[in-house]
Amino acid sequence: MIDWIITTFGLLHVVVQTVILIALFLIPLMLSVAYLTYAERKVIGAMQVRMGPNRVGFFGFSLWGLGQPIADAVKLMFKEIIIPTGANKFLFIIAPILSLAPALAAWAVIPFDEGVTFANINAGLLYVLAVTSIGVYGVIIAGWASNSKYALLGAMRSAAQIVAYEIAMGFALVGVLMAAGSLNLGEIVMAQDGHIGHWFVWPLLPLFVVYFISGVAETNRAPFDVAEGESEIVAGFHVEYSGMAFAVFFLAEYANMILIAALTSILFLGGWMSPLAGWDAATTLPYLGVLLDSGFHWLLIKIAFFLFCFLWLRATFPRYRYDQIMRLGWKVFIPITIVWIVVIGVAILAKLPPWWGA
Amino acid sequence: MSDFNRRFKSLFLLELLKGLSVTLRHFFKRKVTQRYPEEKTPLSPRFRGLHALRRYPNGEERCIACKLCEVVCPALAITIESELRDDGTRRTTRYDIDLTKCIFCGYCEESCPVDSIVETHIFEYHGEERGDLYMTKEKLLAVGDKYEAEIAACRQDDANYR
Repeated sequence: MIDWIITTFGLLHVVVQTVILIALFLIPLMLSVAYLTYAERKVIGAMQVRMGPNRVGFFGFSLWGLGQPIADAVKLMFKEIIIPTGANKFLFIIAPILSLAPALAAWAVIPFDEGVTFANINAGLLYVLAVTSIGVYGVIIAGWASNSKYALLGAMRSAAQIVAYEIAMGFALVGVLMAAGSLNLGEIVMAQDGHIGHWFVWPLLPLFVVYFISGVAETNRAPFDVAEGESEIVAGFHVEYSGMAFAVFFLAEYANMILIAALTSILFLGGWMSPLAGWDAATTLPYLGVLLDSGFHWLLIKIAFFLFCFLWLRATFPRYRYDQIMRLGWKVFIPITIVWIVVIGVAILAKLPPWWGA
Repeated sequence: MSDFNRRFKSLFLLELLKGLSVTLRHFFKRKVTQRYPEEKTPLSPRFRGLHALRRYPNGEERCIACKLCEVVCPALAITIESELRDDGTRRTTRYDIDLTKCIFCGYCEESCPVDSIVETHIFEYHGEERGDLYMTKEKLLAVGDKYEAEIAACRQDDANYR
């Protein structure tokens, strides 16, 4: 009896600890998702030579509109969730959850610093691929369960697009996998140990570009947002969603963006590595040294840069035509990645420094 | 050769990068936004806002009930009734503009031979009840009396072009 209590309590201890850890991570992530929407409106506004939101603030101070995401969230929370009569209620409700959950679950294997990760599993890269692929079901189920032609069209487009780009993305990851010799994300970063020249962007430059563009397509972001395509099919898969159900789709999209940005920085830009790592003159400076040395802040900076690229792309390019998206995925990206995998194979055999040399 | 050029450009994303550089340049540009209630855009002397009926400096109302504005009004927003006054002049007994019908084209102002009906700079007004935006003769004259200085200044500014 006593033993049973001790073991149960011990288990409870682990559960509580894990839940607290998850909460400690999810709250900042959700906040950054909220403020990513704000950043998006500000950045796109600036690129269109206007200001973006600048009214809503705190305690009577407008503070460049920093209160805007909070106001948006509150508004969405108080709106009614309308379930269409012809909709499949269970699937209709489960779909937004199904698209948000993988976007959050994938963070479990992301290494934030040396040894700092929720689950240091060996097949980290496979886990990420598997989990992010589930996110597509959210979109497809939402499109089907809505019982609306626009939603169904959006879901079909999204399904075809994601299948096409998942392959290019997978091949790009094969390149990383070959270069690092490991599926563990932490080890992939450690394989890029050193200054900026040791990062995988340089030998894998085409794969890096393909991966990032596929990531944009995977998250259904402009210019690959045919699944939403408001000028053609109203809002695509989430036409019938309102209130918090819609907000969850919104959160999922932005959480996915942050995830893709984090993965790109980890796989190609050396994760938490500083561009000056290994240069002792800089890293041993009295106060600046800590900032210049490798650490979590470098990962944050890289993620922020890629997120800016996401917004930048959206502000610059019009939506791709559907057949052009398919052409780009199947006839351009997949051949490029396959060719480059061969090139990388040769480079690894030749022990090309500084990545694979002695 | 041109085919090769095209493929080369699209493979290395050259034109896309060009586009990105355009948006990046605009990112750092001075923003054109006016923070509206605090900052306002300049208004032309010909700006067409709320209507007003003017008076002569001696206090006599200008309108002679010629009904040109009523005729020219494309939205049929103006209603005029008139009668002979004791001093032998023709004056309006009723001069109504329904602002909910008015399209602010300015034809009434243009057609007026005595510069009586004018449109002012005022555009920030509202009505809280039905009928608040139905401007009667009294309301229009009150607007004219209140903003006469500004109205006269605008006509003066634009006098060379009229």
